[in-house]
Amino acid sequence: MAARTLYDKLWDAHVVRTEDDGTALIYIDRHLIHEVTSPQAFEGLRMAQRHPWRTDSLLAVPDHNVPTTDRKAGITDPVAKLQVETLAQNCKDYAITEFTMGDIRQGIVHVIGPEQGATLPGMTVVCGDSHTSTHGAFGALAHGIGTSEVEHVMATQCLIQKKMKNMLISVDGQTPAGVTAKDIVLAIIGEIGTAGGTGYAIEFAGEAIAALSMEGRMTVCNMAIEGGARAGMVAVDQTTIDYVKGRPYAPSGETWEQAVANWNDLKSDQDAHFDSIIRLDAASIKPQVTWGTSPEMEVAVDACVPDPDAEADEVKASGMRKALAYMDLTAGMPITDIKVDKVFIGSCTNSRIEDMRAAAEVAKGRKVAANIKLAMVVPGSGLVKQQAESEGLDQIFKDAGFEWREPGCSMCLAMNADRLEAGERCASTSNRNFEGRQGQGGRTHLVSPAMAAAAAIAGHFVNVNEL
Amino acid sequence: MQKFTQLSGIVAPMDRPNVDTDAIIPKQYLKSIKRSGFGPTAFDDWRYLEPGEPGMDHSQRKPNPDFILNQPPYDRASILLARENFGCGSSREHAVWALDDFGFRVVIAPSFADIFFNNSFKSGMLPIILDTAVIDQLFKEVKAEPGYQLTVDLDAETITKANGEVIEFKVDEFRKYCLLNGLDDIGLTLKHADAIRAYEERRKQQAPWLF
Ligand code: SF4
Repeated sequence: MAARTLYDKLWDAHVVRTEDDGTALIYIDRHLIHEVTSPQAFEGLRMAQRHPWRTDSLLAVPDHNVPTTDRKAGITDPVAKLQVETLAQNCKDYAITEFTMGDIRQGIVHVIGPEQGATLPGMTVVCGDSHTSTHGAFGALAHGIGTSEVEHVMATQCLIQKKMKNMLISVDGQTPAGVTAKDIVLAIIGEIGTAGGTGYAIEFAGEAIAALSMEGRMTVCNMAIEGGARAGMVAVDQTTIDYVKGRPYAPSGETWEQAVANWNDLKSDQDAHFDSIIRLDAASIKPQVTWGTSPEMEVAVDACVPDPDAEADEVKASGMRKALAYMDLTAGMPITDIKVDKVFIGSCTNSRIEDMRAAAEVAKGRKVAANIKLAMVVPGSGLVKQQAESEGLDQIFKDAGFEWREPGCSMCLAMNADRLEAGERCASTSNRNFEGRQGQGGRTHLVSPAMAAAAAIAGHFVNVNEL
Repeated sequence: MQKFTQLSGIVAPMDRPNVDTDAIIPKQYLKSIKRSGFGPTAFDDWRYLEPGEPGMDHSQRKPNPDFILNQPPYDRASILLARENFGCGSSREHAVWALDDFGFRVVIAPSFADIFFNNSFKSGMLPIILDTAVIDQLFKEVKAEPGYQLTVDLDAETITKANGEVIEFKVDEFRKYCLLNGLDDIGLTLKHADAIRAYEERRKQQAPWLF
C-alpha cells in the first residue's frame, strides 16, 4: 500500500461508502453533545420519528451555560436553565449518558472526553462545537459539526464528508523556557493565518510537539480551528498511551493490549505525501500575546502593536485598523504597556491540570495587582478542580487574590454571568479574541496560563520570564 | 430542507474579512432551543446601538445607521457579498439560520470557513466561492449602484448581472443535487443502512474496544 498520512489512515478506516464525486459516508465512533447545539437536533429527530443509531456512542454534558459560582441555587437565567433542562430531558428520553451539573465528572466537553477515556486513539470524534479538534491530540480524527450534522450523526452514526487535504506543521527543535503549547499554537496561527488551514486536516509534528504532554497537545489541536482547519492531530506515541491507560472508558485487559498494538500504527508513514508543509523553529518562539480581534493578530510579548500603514494588502490593513479601533490600541505601542482589567484562566484550550499548575507557579507567593478588577480561574472539569485542590493550587490562587470557580466554559464566551463589560480589557487563556466574544464591547488578548497569571500580578502584559 | 433553484435579488456588500459566526449571531441568542427567530438579532452587535438580550422587542431598539444592513435597500437584500474567510469561528449553525431568517439565501465570498460552508447547505443556503478579482469587481459595482441585483441559477451554476454578463461558479455534485431538490440528507443516508451495519460488523472484529 502507498505511504499514508495519519489522516489518510483515520479516513480509510472509517469510510462506509463513497459516491462518484468523492463524497463519502464516514462512520463516527464518539459523539459528544452539549446543551447549546443539540436541542434543535433532538427536535428534528422527534419530528421525523427517528432514534439515535447508537446511544452508547453519545456522551452529554452541559458546559456553556452553567454557572461557575455556587451551584446550590441552580441556574438563575430562565432561558439558560431551560436549555440545560432540555438536554437532561433529551438524554433521559433516549437513554444517553449525561454528566449533569452536580456530577464531579461534569466540565467542558473537550476536557471531559479525554479525561474519561471517551476519546481514544484511532476514533472519529464529533461534537457540535468547533473546538472538537482538541481530541485530535490522541491520534483521532475529530472535528466540529453544525446542528444539522449533530442530528445526522445521531440518526445514522455517519457523517457526509469530502476528504480534506493533508497539511503537516512541524515545530522543530526545543522551545525556550516560558514558552508553552499555547505560545506554539499562537505562533503557528500567526504564521499560516486564520484561513491558512481551510480545507486541510493538519498534523502537528516535530520535536517540540512530541515533547508536549497530552494537555499541551490538546491545547495545540484545540486551536487548529483558529487556523481554519476543522481537524488537527498528533501521532500516537508512548505519551498518548500512558495518558489513556486506566481511564474509565478506556479498554482494559486483553482488549487493551490489542488496542495498543493497533494504536501504535497511528502515525504518518515515512514517505507519506502532504499537500502543504510548514516548518517552524521552536527556538525562535517567544511568549505570545494577541493584539487584535482575530487569533492571527498576535505578536511576541516583547514586540509592539503593528502598524496597518506598513501592511501592503489593503483589505488586511483595513481589517487591522478596525481591530485597533475596537481594541483601543495605537500602532507602535509596546505590548508590555497594555494594562489589563480582568484575567481569565480557563476554557477548553487551557483549563487542564497542567494549565492550573503553570498559572499557580506564577501566582505563588505573589499578589494580583491593584488595577485588576477580577482575576478568575475556572478549572475545566470537576475532576480537574478536585485534583488541583488536592495539590493546594486553589489556596495559592486564593492567597494571591484570584477567584477559584466551578467548571464550565465561563468567560470564554460569556453565555453565563461571567463576562467583560464594554471597554474592559482581558488577558484570557481562551481561544477567540473576536469582537464581543467575552461580552459586548469587551477586549480580549489571548495568552498562555502562565502569561495570564503574570499579567494579573503585574497589572499589564509582561514576559513571564521577566516577572 | 427548503429548495434552492434560482434567485434574483439585491446584493448587500459586507466589506470586511473574517466575519465570524460570533458576529453573525452573538452568544446570548444561542440559548434558544428553536431553529427560527434569529433574523432580528443577526449581526446584533453591529446592527443596534445598545446591547441586546433574548426576549427583548428588537423592533424597539435603536438601529446603528452606519451598519450596511440597516440602510435601505440593503435591509431587503437576499444576496450577501463578503470577503475572505466568511463564517469563521464557532460551529454554530444558528449563524446560517440567522442569515436565512434575515432574508439571505446566497453568500458570495472568495473563501469560507469549512464548518460554516457545510452548515449553509443544510439549511438551503447557497455559499458561492469566486476569485478575489471577481469579488473585487463585484464590490466596486455594488457600491456604485445601491439596489444592484444579481440572478443566481444553481442548476446552470451561473450568476448573471443586470447587464447580461455571466459569472460561472462550481458546486459539488452531491450538494447541488440535495439543494436543488430540497432533500433531507438523513433520509438519503438511511438508504445505506445496510452498508452502515456491514461496516459495524467488520469494525467490531478489528476494533472491539470501540463498541
Ligand atoms: S470553553 Fe469556550 S471554546 Fe471551549 S467549548 Fe466552551 S465556549 Fe467553546
